[in-house]
Amino acid sequence: MMVATTAFYVFAAITIAAAFMVIAARNPVHSVLYLILAFFNAAALFVLIGAEFLAMILVIVYVGAVAVLFMFVVMMLDINFTELREGVLQYLPIGALVGVILVVEVLLVVGGIAVGPLSPDVAAAPAPMSSDVENTRALGQLLYTQYIYFFQIAGLILLVAMIGAIVLTLRQREGVRKQSIAAQNARTREDAVELVDIKPGSGI
Amino acid sequence: MMTTMPDLSPLYAELFLAGAALVLLMLGVFRGEQSARSISGFAVIALIATAGLVLAGGGETVTTFGGSFISDQFAVYMKVVSLLGAAMILVISGPYMQAEKMDRFEYPVLILLATLGMCLMISANDLIALYMGLELQSLALYVIAAFKRNSQRSTEAGLKYFVLGALSSGMYLYGASMLYGFTGSVGFEGIAQSAAAAEVSGGVVIGLVFVAAALAFKISAVPFHMWTPDVYEGAPTPVTAFFAAAPKAAGVALVVRVMIDAFGTMGPQWQQIMIVVSILSMALGAFAAIGQTNIKRLMAYSSIGHMGYALVGLAAGTVEGITGVLVYMAIYVVMNGGVWVCILSMRRAEGMVENIDDLAGLAKNNPTMAFALAVLMFSLAGIPPMAGFFGKFYVFMAAVDAGLITLAVIGLVTSVVGAFYYIRIVKVIYMDEPAAAFDAPASGGMRVVLLGSTAFTILFVVAPSSLVEVAGKAAASLF
Repeated sequence: MMVATTAFYVFAAITIAAAFMVIAARNPVHSVLYLILAFFNAAALFVLIGAEFLAMILVIVYVGAVAVLFMFVVMMLDINFTELREGVLQYLPIGALVGVILVVEVLLVVGGIAVGPLSPDVAAAPAPMSSDVENTRALGQLLYTQYIYFFQIAGLILLVAMIGAIVLTLRQREGVRKQSIAAQNARTREDAVELVDIKPGSGI
Repeated sequence: MMTTMPDLSPLYAELFLAGAALVLLMLGVFRGEQSARSISGFAVIALIATAGLVLAGGGETVTTFGGSFISDQFAVYMKVVSLLGAAMILVISGPYMQAEKMDRFEYPVLILLATLGMCLMISANDLIALYMGLELQSLALYVIAAFKRNSQRSTEAGLKYFVLGALSSGMYLYGASMLYGFTGSVGFEGIAQSAAAAEVSGGVVIGLVFVAAALAFKISAVPFHMWTPDVYEGAPTPVTAFFAAAPKAAGVALVVRVMIDAFGTMGPQWQQIMIVVSILSMALGAFAAIGQTNIKRLMAYSSIGHMGYALVGLAAGTVEGITGVLVYMAIYVVMNGGVWVCILSMRRAEGMVENIDDLAGLAKNNPTMAFALAVLMFSLAGIPPMAGFFGKFYVFMAAVDAGLITLAVIGLVTSVVGAFYYIRIVKVIYMDEPAAAFDAPASGGMRVVLLGSTAFTILFVVAPSSLVEVAGKAAASLF
């Protein structure tokens, strides 16, 4: 128990420190690197509470895709970050207001204030014990059996997204020279070489 | 852990449609751009075959996939309307797509996938299945709205539709999460059971309002209609025609199913929403259309108004009311097909024209089409003995029977106002100084659709009971 508690505090402290550095770092590339650090530590926190599937997703999706995408944006687009930073003081009150609202909301949730009584079914829904079956396996068992219908439609939706992306962006450019290996191999000596009999003293 | 295979038999039509879409996609990819015409033809055949399969599946109420998917008379009726509506639009879009050099094979494939989404959402029996179907449909629609890539207006239409559609999906999901939290179920039966309790919690009502708002957005009912005129005007004309037909029918089916199946016992709560939405839609559809000069924009406002009339039947909340809605949607889809054939024929040497004034002299240049368009306009206005009159008649009768006399009166007043701009088009066609003729007469497919649509509109009066009977059975299966 002691080890877990210590680990929790270490990961949590690093997460918060890294998150702070994301907004405090001067160099945007450093900001993104700190963001990746924060993601990794958040993933570790998920592992600690037994949600290893979420941890994997966090690493694969956020670190693997989103953060790398951020990195591309930061490094490939010519954005002047010092200029973006100039208005910080001006927007501080709004930021503070949003922060206060968030704190109040968290307090309301902790205080248990609700619009109406939560359905007893949801409230009493048993959380599966992580010791029985690890949650990746549990999710897989549900997803490919009980929810196969939704899984298949999700596949079709992704297919539509793919067709859409291709339809809306792929264009045949004029005047592009492409290599056609078949055409190259099919050339015979007769196609390629032309023998011209040139009389002495004249050009072609 | 062993699980039994879910019963796939209620799903055969959808499986066939999905398979057809995938096969045609492969065919298009391998055969290249020149295959667009044949793929479009195959897609029409696939849609009609799917409608046949839906009908062959019969109408007994079955659920499968743990109650996520339901097949009943109502689903059969609305699916057939949506599928045939989609097939009709695919038939009439061919010539436009070729003339504008947009005839790519992805268009029919996306239409098939959108129609598949419609079928899935019509048959949805829980909040997740509903959302998945809705997104499948919407995503395909966003893409085809922006299909004319080199046109700024089309791209703008696609982007606008996408951003606002994503917003409405967000509202839907928020409402759905509330419903799940406060009822403990995503299935419509489960929600209905919780909602039947003596004291309905406030969270359920909040969820209901959000879900209703998101669905009203999808059928472009006021006050969630803002995207409609811009998207209708900017999207390529056949795509606009598609938007106005099949997705509207499927969207209305969705609203009806959610309100009746899931919230049947909360009638007083959602009926007031529907009454307000329908009054606003009818009024905006009638008044805002008066000043329009572009016929696609005019049809956008007209569709908003028609959604208002359809919702009158839902607001009544009775079997008669739902029957009215079903009859209304079928007639609406058929009339729209004919009107859009005429709009798609508005082509001169310099390209497509979209102004109402350009129709002047149609009576002289093409008397047949002029007559057909006049008939359809009278029908859209709801003037007897055209089919459109019966659509309005059944919903208003149901509203009166349910004691919503004010609503019915407002509906009548707005239809009189709306009749003004429909009849103005007839006036432009027959009485105004003739403008230049349109060139290149319509293709065979377009002629068939126009003829069928006009004939249906005129001859509906002969035997209205046959459609009403079927719709009545479909409506009764919901209760």
